[in-house]
Amino acid sequence: MKPVLLAAMTATSALGAGLAATLGALRERRSALAQCHFESARLDMQIGAVPDLDAVDLPAPLAAFACRNNRLAQLGLMQDGFADAVRNSAARHGADRVGVFLGTSTSGILETELAYRERDPDSGALPRRYDYAHRHNSFSVTDYVRRALGLTGPAVTISTACSSSAKAFPAAARMLAAGMIDAAVVGGVDSLCLTTLYGFHALQLTASGPCRPFDVRRDGLSIGEAAAFVLLERAPAGVAPEAILLQGIGESADAYHMSSPHPQGAGAREAMQRALDAAGIAPELVDYINLHGTGTPSNDSAEGHAITSLFGTGTRCSSTKAAMGHTLGAAGALEAVICALALRHGLLPGGLNTHEPDPRLALRYETVNHDLPLRRVLSNSFGFGGANCALLFGRA
Amino acid sequence: MSELVACIEGVGVLGPGLSDWNATAAVLAGERPHVSARTVLPEPTALPATERRRAGRLIRLALAVGAQAVGQSGREARTLPSVFSSSGGDGENLHAICEALATPERLISPTRFHNSVHNAASGYWSIAQGCTLPSIALCAFDASFGAGLLEAMAQVAETGEAVLLIAYDADYPPPLYAKRPIPDAFGVALVLGPAGAPGARATLRVGLSADMADTIADPVLEAMRTSIPAARALPLLERLARGSGHAPAGVVLDYLDTARLRVRIDA
Repeated sequence: MKPVLLAAMTATSALGAGLAATLGALRERRSALAQCHFESARLDMQIGAVPDLDAVDLPAPLAAFACRNNRLAQLGLMQDGFADAVRNSAARHGADRVGVFLGTSTSGILETELAYRERDPDSGALPRRYDYAHRHNSFSVTDYVRRALGLTGPAVTISTACSSSAKAFPAAARMLAAGMIDAAVVGGVDSLCLTTLYGFHALQLTASGPCRPFDVRRDGLSIGEAAAFVLLERAPAGVAPEAILLQGIGESADAYHMSSPHPQGAGAREAMQRALDAAGIAPELVDYINLHGTGTPSNDSAEGHAITSLFGTGTRCSSTKAAMGHTLGAAGALEAVICALALRHGLLPGGLNTHEPDPRLALRYETVNHDLPLRRVLSNSFGFGGANCALLFGRA
Repeated sequence: MSELVACIEGVGVLGPGLSDWNATAAVLAGERPHVSARTVLPEPTALPATERRRAGRLIRLALAVGAQAVGQSGREARTLPSVFSSSGGDGENLHAICEALATPERLISPTRFHNSVHNAASGYWSIAQGCTLPSIALCAFDASFGAGLLEAMAQVAETGEAVLLIAYDADYPPPLYAKRPIPDAFGVALVLGPAGAPGARATLRVGLSADMADTIADPVLEAMRTSIPAARALPLLERLARGSGHAPAGVVLDYLDTARLRVRIDA
């Protein structure tokens, strides 16, 4: 594929708002996971909540969109001059030539969960103020962001569970390559809600303590929330040497099971292979793999097998999910930004909480940070329904 | 103005009083009257027994229209990447989860939870067809058909290979119905291939437009178009049903508030 330029980016999660807070936490090896006290949920699990989201105001004309997910989107857009970078791009190309491609798994479902507690006892009707279109629907966050940024080009939500915002990248890249747009706001926004907390708990996929990806005693994931955005543009000829490029994309489907990965990670391997093929590089040229690494026994096992079968045991890997949790539909975009930070700053972030990497998964799992020049890094995202996506980022 | 080009190799339709593409084409071409009836969703026989029990109405709808379109194209389903686009999730499943979360026990069934993902139909399709090629699941509220068409056409442009587009929506039960009044289930599937592929029915050229969307003369079908997002495809299906020689050969489909899709059709 033709490389695509990451012209601007930002990330907000439980680690903090913006790139400096995110990078600082990764450098300090800080985890933001804490016991679950979200809303009325008292589950024995740890989560990565973004503090004070209720205090984030939306612009008055967009007040109808007010929900936790869109407040998180707004908080994210305000960091790192991202909104201004998008407006500058729209001024250059035209607002109708900038598309919006965002991933979310649950959007503003929390609004509906809460509204169901307030149903009319006689008729069962939802409260009058409840607004499905602006607050719950999966498109709500994309619609909010395009309006907040004044964009009028193609806009769509990609919702493939935990790979949603990873798959937003190929959707945007295709539209750029086809000449339908000149720039794309790509990202993911997913916020805490009862459906995911109780749902993953029902599936017995949540960790008892903080998640421990790839540890021999890992026992599940920790749920988090995040908003991460990237502005993509076609890479100009003679792009600056410090520029970060999206160089390869690989997608696949497991066709195996709705909530369990293929045990040998066949789909995961296929996605990574396609990303390498799209970039035209051999596996040895990847310096670091940011794993999907959720911390569930079966996910990590499948991903481990996929990695060793394609890369052998020498490629440095880690999961950053023990720092801010698994941010579900936002994880792909968040980890894309972490990969870009790793490339820009020469920081390989070692995984937290992993004290004894699982010897049955013989990959080179890094548990401490390394300062070393990185040229190409791979980011993995796999979702329920077997929706896999691998993204390869590199320096120009 | 930028355009995406692809040809149509197969069409599937399922909706109120519309049982498949041939029946729909006859209605849209004015050869047969439309008889109003609730959408009939067939059993998802392509799924393994365990998954079949778990598949709700929305999944059955998507699988049925997809199979129609693929059958017509003469291609094998496992050779087609897929684009699933729906304005919402499975309403019955969502209702059951929200009801459970409003009780003190908050017990969600694991099956309900994994069926709640927007890409559930995409996952079931890939399992049913043994297809490991990429599948994406989109939502753009009322613009979901247009968003799916753009993505599928961009995939054809990217790879030069055929793709399967499935746009599908089903009604929500009360009390959600009052807030999102989709009256019934409607699904449309298109197998889109590179322009010039043998056996193609028509070539589509799609670009953005500031014009208003075209309507359907029949008031019942027009009400279907405006009330079920996937049925925003009806003006395109009408042109395909009427075939060549019926001016105009172009059609404007509803999409976002800021843009519609102009589709030029060559037989």
